Amino acid sequence: MCAVDRRAGRDPEFEAFVAGAAGRLLHVAVLLTAEPPAEAYAAHRILAGALARTYAYWERLRGDDPYDHTRQEVCAAYARTARRLPPGSGILAPLSPAQRLVLVMRVYEGVAEEVTAAQLGLAPERVEALRNRAVAALREATRPAAGAA
Amino acid sequence: MSPYDRKEAQVRQLLEGPHPAVPAGLAAAAAARGRRLLRRRRALRRFGWAVLWAAAVAFAVWAALTHPWAAPPSRVSPPLEGW
Repeated sequence: MCAVDRRAGRDPEFEAFVAGAAGRLLHVAVLLTAEPPAEAYAAHRILAGALARTYAYWERLRGDDPYDHTRQEVCAAYARTARRLPPGSGILAPLSPAQRLVLVMRVYEGVAEEVTAAQLGLAPERVEALRNRAVAALREATRPAAGAA
Repeated sequence: MSPYDRKEAQVRQLLEGPHPAVPAGLAAAAAARGRRLLRRRRALRRFGWAVLWAAAVAFAVWAALTHPWAAPPSRVSPPLEGW
């Protein structure tokens, strides 16, 4: 069957991609959910779903980067479920879900402003405003800790 | 380096913590789930086409039997006058 033939090429490629990218993607998911790394259940769930959808989409990726696609899936899954998740205790815990998404995508992952705006369904100006506010809030939240250290 | 870039570099450093450990077998589990997803999508697509095809056949048979385009015979005759 052609499905089996296709899968023969897909599985090793997918496994190599996961072996290389899963660490960073999991870090992104843990940053978003702001869970303690040892018990990041929601982050693991989000990453597993995103990877499964990337696997299903593998044939249609063509020239696109599977990492970009999976990151988009992770961010979309977090945006969908953020309301139901606890606020968390990680470094981004003081930020709102939208601020976390913009900060992680724009600052940590370096996604372009227009791409971030399109993926989150926001206006580019709004993305920049969220990023500025998130950077200021994060610096404000970590200043006492930095001063004490 | 502008002050804004410096602030952003600080924040980036803050975000760049230690990466959490990736659970073993993540790729295999994701691949299995992805395969299930593909199978479900394929089944759904096949079901959709089957319904469409069945509807087309049913419509063709019904149309061939009842000729819905033929005008029904008139049940009102013109008034009969002058005989």
